[in-house]
Amino acid sequence: MENDGALGDRALPPARKENIPMTTESKVIRVLVAKVGLDGHDRGVKIVARTLRDAGMEVIYTGLHRTPEEVVDAAVQEDVDVIGISILSGAHMTVFPRLLKLLDERGAKDIMVVGGGVIPDDEVIQLKNLGVKEIMLQDTPPDSIVAMIRRIVVERGPR
Amino acid sequence: MAFVHSLNLVPRVLKGEVNAVARLLTRAEAGSHECRPALDEIFRRAGRAHIIGITGVPGSGKSTLVARLVAAIRQTGRRVGIVAIDPSSPFSGGAILGDRIRMGAIAADPGVYVRSMATRGALGGLARGTLEAIDVLDAAGYEMVIIETVGVGQDEVEVARATHTTVVVSAPGLGDDIQAIKAGILEIADIHVVSKCDRSDADKTVADLKNMLSMGLASARGSWQVPVVPTSAARDEGVAELVAAIDRHWTFLREGNRLEERRRLINERRLLKAGEEILRDQFVRQRNGQVLKLLEQLQARTLSPRTAAERLLQDIHPGDAP
Ligand code: B12
Ligand SMILES: Nc1nc2c(ncn2[C@@H]2O[C@H](COP(=O)(O)OP(=O)(O)OP(=O)(O)O)[C@@H](O)[C@H]2O)c(=O)[nH]1
Repeated sequence: MENDGALGDRALPPARKENIPMTTESKVIRVLVAKVGLDGHDRGVKIVARTLRDAGMEVIYTGLHRTPEEVVDAAVQEDVDVIGISILSGAHMTVFPRLLKLLDERGAKDIMVVGGGVIPDDEVIQLKNLGVKEIMLQDTPPDSIVAMIRRIVVERGPR
Repeated sequence: MAFVHSLNLVPRVLKGEVNAVARLLTRAEAGSHECRPALDEIFRRAGRAHIIGITGVPGSGKSTLVARLVAAIRQTGRRVGIVAIDPSSPFSGGAILGDRIRMGAIAADPGVYVRSMATRGALGGLARGTLEAIDVLDAAGYEMVIIETVGVGQDEVEVARATHTTVVVSAPGLGDDIQAIKAGILEIADIHVVSKCDRSDADKTVADLKNMLSMGLASARGSWQVPVVPTSAARDEGVAELVAAIDRHWTFLREGNRLEERRRLINERRLLKAGEEILRDQFVRQRNGQVLKLLEQLQARTLSPRTAAERLLQDIHPGDAP
């Protein structure tokens, strides 16, 4: 992990949480964040990963250049609550529908898909209509990404 | 999607259904009470898999090695389950689990299951729920289960008490000649790997390790000769030899009652650990409200920490259902 560059600890995270329970039942939100295809813009995804980690979530980062199949396989095995795709390459109109279709095929529709990056507004609307839960574009304050993930997990309910 | 009871997941897990395995692992990891009976059933059904621990200091090349190792094992047709552990942040409780970055192609192989786990406060290199995860993967029909520990570099004995074969990975040029000694993990190795043998200083690491083993610094492993296997991911060398060493150790264990002995050690450890967990669980649950009161007395120095703790424990009833 350390060797993968910018994902390591840089700034000191927020204050120590009281009593992280060692053995009592814990419901931790798990998110898989991924880059799909030839998109090498990884600043955003790293910010998102660190932000979610610092908010107490477990973030599975799969690195660059994944296929939608790999992302869905990983998400199912990891039993994540949410898949977060960061996409700045312009391929969003093929990537997101493919992910949704694969999740359906694998019987994993309870895994929610969200996204961010560079996506034109009208296509944001189209993607949401297709079933992408939420899309947050450039200059989104990190805190609102955290709040959004928490909200959609609560709305989904226990599973 | 409707909630599926854990007991109803069990038959699907036994058939190796990935979604069911994944969900049961989540519940086991969360310490959910609802899944206890299911895990009991799973425990009864487990016991076939060869369980292998891979440990070593951070940066020694564990993830890279596991990816190669699994690819090589897959050539022999066996299905492999992997639990890759990374630390939880002590500050937020969150974690970035990055072991899949190096897994590459093997993650797409249907004969491979990879699960990333965060330590969630557990010490000793394993995560909370790792032992249950081993049972689940075992019962799901994975013939080999590989545990990649968090590379804390010290006190990783826990992995040796959870696995049949412990592989300790050292890399040349990571500061100390043999970091394993400093880390106290030399003794737990059934197999040593020296990774990154494409580097010129690797020969020295191999020689040092062999030297150490011949001096008996690595404690007795019965009549098992602890091998030192040099590997290089860059040159794609040594992995077949490592698979052979792992298989040889499995054969060795299955001669006589060695495997039974190893299992007894693992079970003893699990029994005691589970007991401690129940106690700690009740402690966390029941101490609330009491701590503040006692803390005031500590502040006033009318009570010592030790005596205060005894009072706290007096009120704990481990038998109570939560
Ligand atoms: C920096 C940059 C680069 C750097 C990337 C460095 C790196 N390692 O990331 C470099 C110079 C390498 C680069 C290269 C290229 N780039 Co460029 N690049 C940018 C630029 C200027 C900023 C991107 C950035 O880092 N922003 C900062 C981060 C923090 O913001 P962010 O990623 O948007 O993330 C935020 C939100 O989107 C959101 N978010 C992001 N991901 C996710 C995920 C989830 C789940 C959620 C909830 C939220 C979320 O949260 C973040 C925080 O607010 C953009 C312009 C722009 N306005 O975005 C162009 C831009 C993305 N690049 C572009 C292009 C064309 C390229 C190149 C093809 C150029 C070329 N011809 O070679 C190459 C392709 C490289 C590759 N292999 O993919 C175009 C893409 C056009 C398109 N999509 O149609 C853009 C939009 C510029 C433009 N206006 O034309 N680029
Ligand atoms: N030269 C060389 N470098 C290697 C080899 N194997 C791994 N590395 C490099 O060593 C670094 C650490 O590798 P990892 O596999 O991430 O090591 P790790 O022990 O899993 O590290 P942590 O996850 O931090 O505990 C990476 O930069 C690898 O590219 C090898 O055989 N030769």
